[in-house]
Order: sequence, then C-alpha cells, then structure tokens
Amino acid sequence: MLKIHNLHATVDGKEILKGLDLEVPTGEVHAVMGPNGSGKSTLAYVLAGRPGYLVTAGTITYEGRDLLALSPEDRARAGVFLGFQYPVEIPGVNNVYLLKAAVNAVRKQRGEPEVDAFEFLSLVREKMRLMRMDESMLARGVNEGFSGGEKKRNEILQMLVLEPHLAVLDETDSGLDIDALKIVAQGVNTLRAPERSLVLVTHYQRLLEHIVPDRVHVLVNGRIVRSGDRSLAVQLEQRGYDWLISEAA
Amino acid sequence: MKEATQLEDMLARGYQHGFITEIDADTVPPGLDEDVVRLISRKKREPAFLTAWRLKALRHWLTMREPHWPHAHYPPIDYQAISYYSAPKRNAEGPKSLAEVDPKLLATYEKLGVPLHERARLAGVAVDAVFDSVSVATTFKQRLQEAGVIFCPFSEAVTTHPELIERYLGSVVPYSDNFFAALNSAVFSDGSFVYVPQGVRCPMELSTYFRINAAKTGQFERTLIIAAEGATVSYLEGCSAPQRDENQLHAAVVELIALDEAYIKYSTVQNWYPGDEHGRGGIYNFVTKRGECRGRNAHISWTQVETGSAITWKYPSCVLRGDGSVGEFYSVATVNNRQQADTGTKMIHIGRDTRSTIISKGISAGHGQNTYRGLVKMLPSAHGARNFTQCDSLLMGGQCGAHTFPYVEVKNPTATVEHEASTSKISEDELFYCLARGISSEDAVNLIVSGFCKSVFKELPMEFAVEAQKLLAVSLEGAVG
Repeated sequence: MLKIHNLHATVDGKEILKGLDLEVPTGEVHAVMGPNGSGKSTLAYVLAGRPGYLVTAGTITYEGRDLLALSPEDRARAGVFLGFQYPVEIPGVNNVYLLKAAVNAVRKQRGEPEVDAFEFLSLVREKMRLMRMDESMLARGVNEGFSGGEKKRNEILQMLVLEPHLAVLDETDSGLDIDALKIVAQGVNTLRAPERSLVLVTHYQRLLEHIVPDRVHVLVNGRIVRSGDRSLAVQLEQRGYDWLISEAA
Repeated sequence: MKEATQLEDMLARGYQHGFITEIDADTVPPGLDEDVVRLISRKKREPAFLTAWRLKALRHWLTMREPHWPHAHYPPIDYQAISYYSAPKRNAEGPKSLAEVDPKLLATYEKLGVPLHERARLAGVAVDAVFDSVSVATTFKQRLQEAGVIFCPFSEAVTTHPELIERYLGSVVPYSDNFFAALNSAVFSDGSFVYVPQGVRCPMELSTYFRINAAKTGQFERTLIIAAEGATVSYLEGCSAPQRDENQLHAAVVELIALDEAYIKYSTVQNWYPGDEHGRGGIYNFVTKRGECRGRNAHISWTQVETGSAITWKYPSCVLRGDGSVGEFYSVATVNNRQQADTGTKMIHIGRDTRSTIISKGISAGHGQNTYRGLVKMLPSAHGARNFTQCDSLLMGGQCGAHTFPYVEVKNPTATVEHEASTSKISEDELFYCLARGISSEDAVNLIVSGFCKSVFKELPMEFAVEAQKLLAVSLEGAVG
C-alpha cells in the first residue's frame, strides 16, 4: 500500500524529515509515535501534499504509484485521507455540503455520476449514528463552533463516508475525553479491512488500547528509530522517549 | 506557487456576456441642454407637469458639481459627449405581442438567458424587458391586472396613470437630491412602474432586465414602486451589458414607497460589464436607490449582489418614517481586476420603534477596491429605534483593498446601534482542508465564498440565489492570498 524510502522534507527551509523509511502493507494498521517536534505531523502533511512542505529527497509509493507526483486533491481522489489534528472551520458552508462535494469529486474522477442526494443522506445519517453525532451538525457550518471532540468525530465521519484506501490520522486522540475516544476508536475500527491501511500518528499509547496496531514505529528527529509490535507502545508508555532519543543520538 | 498560477488563469477568464446587437437606433445627437430635455419629453408625449419637472431638474443640475467623495478614481466624464436618448426603431404603436418584437432583440435576451417565452411563465416571473431606453415587451399583464397590480414601463404609466406619477415621482428622491439623481430626473428615458393597491399581495415576482446597448448612450432608468396599505410585492432587477471599450455611464434612480403595513422586497443582481483586466472599458454605475416606509409598520428590504461595473456607486437606503417600520439591506459586492465599488446604505430612523438591519459582504480580488459606506441616523423622534450592522470583508490576493466607513448619528438616547465588522482572507488552511478532501481549488474557493455570502444569498428569491451564486463564481474565478 504505502512505501516511503529515505524521505527528506523541509518546512520554511528547515529540514524536519531526515531520511525516513516506512512501509505499510495493505490491510495493516501502523502507529507512528514520537516526542513533540519529531516530525509526526510533517509526515502526515507530506503524505497529503500540503503546500509549503517540500520534499527534497526520497520517494513515496502508494498503490504502486508515485504519490509525490499527485496534487493534494488527486491524492484524496485516489483514496488517501488525512484526518486533521486541527480540523479547519469553514463558516457558512454546510457540513453535509462539503461532504457531498468531496464524495462527488471522487466519483467524478472515477467517471461515475454524482451521488443520489437521498441515498447519500441516509448513508451519512447511518454513519453519524455510529459516531453518536447529532443530525443538526449536518446543517451547521463545517466545524463552525464545534467543540474539540466534535471536530475529531466529524473527521472520522468524513473518513467513514469517503472510505479511503489509506487513512492517515494525525493525533486524532488529542483533546478527546475517554468516552469520545472510545467512539472515535470504534469508528476507526469499523474501517479496518483487508484492502485498507491505516496510519495512526499519536503521542500517547492510550489510543492504541482501543485501536490495536499491527506495528508501532518510533519517530525521533525525522527518522524511524525503532519498530516493533504493540508491546513497543507499552514500553514507551512506561519509559518515555528519552532512552530512544539518546540511543538515536 | 503552482496554485497561484492556476488561480490567476481562472481569474483571467473573460466576461461572458460581451456581444453587441445590431439594430437601427433612433438616437439623439450628443449633448445636453433644455432643447434636448424638451425633445425627450416630446418624443415620449409627456404631460406638461413632467416636462416642467425635467426642466427644473436640468436647471438645478447645471448648478451642481460632480461629487468626488466616493473611494473611486476615474477620468472626467464629458457630459456633453453623451447622447441622452436612444430607442430601437419600431412600429408607431409598439409590439402587441412577442411575435412583433424584433427577433434580434429576442436573440440577445436568449444569449443572456432572459426567459421571455415559456420559461418566464413557468418560473412565474413577469418580465418587463428594457432594451436601452424603451420597453419592448411586457408579459403577464393580464394576470397582474386581475389582481389590480399595475406593472408597466414608466413611460406608459405616465400616460395611463399620470396622477400617480405626479403624486409620487421625486417624493423619495427629489430631483435636487444629488448630481446624478438630478441628471436622471432631467433626462430619464424609461424604466418600470409598479403600483400594488391596498391589501393586495402581488401574485408573482416582478422582474426587469436592463441592458445597455447603443454606443455612447448613457442609460438613465427611472423606477417607481408603490405598495399601498397592506400590500406586498417582490421585485427583481437583473442586468448584464455587452462588451465595449468606451466607458458607459449608468445613472438610475429607484424610488420605493411603502404605506401602512406594506412590504416591498427589492432584489438586484448586477452584472454590468466590469472592464478588462487592465481597467479598460466597463460601466460607471452611479445609482440612487431609496425607499421610504411612509406608513406604520411598513417594511422595505433591499438585497443586492453586485458583481459587475467598472465603478459602482450606490447606497440603497431606507427612510423609516412610519412608527414600527423596518428597513433591511443585504449586500454582496465583489470586485476583481481593476473594479471599484463604493456601496452601502443609509438607514434614517424617524419613527418610534423603527428597526433596521444591515448585512454587508465585500469580496475583493485582483486589484479591486471595495468600500462599504453606510450611515445609521437616529433622529430625536426615533424612540426605541434599533439598528444592527454587520460588515464583513474577504480579501483574495495581496493587491486588492477593502475599506469600511460606517457613519453613525444618534440623536435619541433610547435608540440602540450595534456594529460588527470583520476582515479576513481565504486562508491556506481552509483551502488545503478542501483540497485534502478531493475538492478542486476552484470549487474550494467558490465553496468558501458562498459560505461567506450565505446570510445574504438566503434573502434572495430562490431562482435568483442560484443565478447569483453562478455569477459570483464567474466573476471571482481565482485569487487567493
């Protein structure tokens, strides 16, 4: 599904990713953990193609294609989803309208007709129930006046409706209380499938108790310094990151 | 950035309504003096009171100076180089049905998407189409007549209902009001007249399409709408002009009068030719629009979507004379390339417990300059009057400007005035969020802008809201900072 080789990336002229290697096979869930400033969010943004995040060396292959050659919108249409750490508010634009525009953008790319409004709405309603979101949130502006937890749930709702092949969730657990965390994790777990891969970018082990990863990677100073199974995350929870930072140095 | 170039390309897409219809025009030579005014009045077979009124207006105009306080810059206008009357040649009695209308005119409307034939009926819209200066076709007259509504070209109303014209013309915008209103009063050619009698709810939306055509012809429309006690009417005005290199002056006057418990809703979608990307050509749109709530609990609501014209200078206003009367102004004004807009409203509170709402959304792109200028005036008699004003500006790119000049005069201590204002840019965050959901940058900008304008668009009648949204997308193609 996803192969990252020797990835170097700069933001505002500063090198953040310094030769990152990562491979996520189809059907697996991988966690990328690391201390603040290690480059986790940069990795997420580079995968989604955010302007200003410049790849200076390395390759990213997604489903056998050169991901870096695609524009951000084409990546999304090809099935890459980024769950934002800080979902953006777009005042006045109906939440459901954005969602529909996103779904239709993918369908247009595939040469399919626009989604039937009635079917679409019933699909969205079903997913909203799963995320325990109030239906009134459909008619509200995108993330406008949503609480932190509501914004994160809205991200997962978008993911459930768009059904991406590769989802990169950037700190989806931050700012969530334990009940909201469970709902979000439940939503994510319903998307686990043999044909789909997930990358969970997170600071804490907590999320991984609810979404059990196949592999855990530790990102320190722009590189993956250690990979292991779920027990690595538990180890990090007990020992912190310092021992890995000093090992890496 | 790659994104920026893409957006510039979209911006550079030209005006889509640029074409010229070839029709023999009956045009008066350029220049303006009393003889020209008399000639216009005679051509239109006007009663003596109107000729006299025009002449008073001309004499007053000659003493006035062109105002230069708007936040707009343009070369001097030579008023003696303008021709003040132009009418398509036609049979002496005028067309009795659409079949008699010059097919070229109808083709022009076709290109503009004016639904004159069946589409108009299906849409439930009566169209009084103004081509240059003379109305050429009026539909749905009968249905309106049955309801007792008078909806006809202004010049026709002068003949059929001179008493209403004499009573109401100039009663909201006197000929001495301002330079352009005085000019219009002297030379106005035609326009629309609406009278909705007591207790009548007008059975359909009323609509007029204006179009400037003959070269070097100023357009001086005059519209007068009267809603008698308890009457209700919604009037739609839409315009678009063909492409020209020379600047064209458009100085219209619109007067609305709402008596006790009457409601007038006046909606405009303005798409005059804005000039090219270097600021060549385009319409000078210097308009005086004012409504008076003359009776108790009268209600006047202005909604405008201004996307065209090289220069827009207009302040649809409300004089809230009747106790408990309500004035509203909802506006979206966009400028792109070298366009300049100085627009807003005046809410004059005279009666007790009068209320007004102002929602203004200004969008600036390219080198455009967008100014909101508004006055909220609470007179000593306006006990308990309230105003709420919200002015938001959206900037696209780094070379445009947004300016806000809110004037507030409160002479009654029980009056309340609230003002909110914001200026923002389409942020990279918003744009990237849409891109990351697979939405193209062009669609993303349209999405964000229509979200910004939502509180105004929802005031438009349904079919206009759709048109306005499309127009906005065309006129704004691009520009993100």
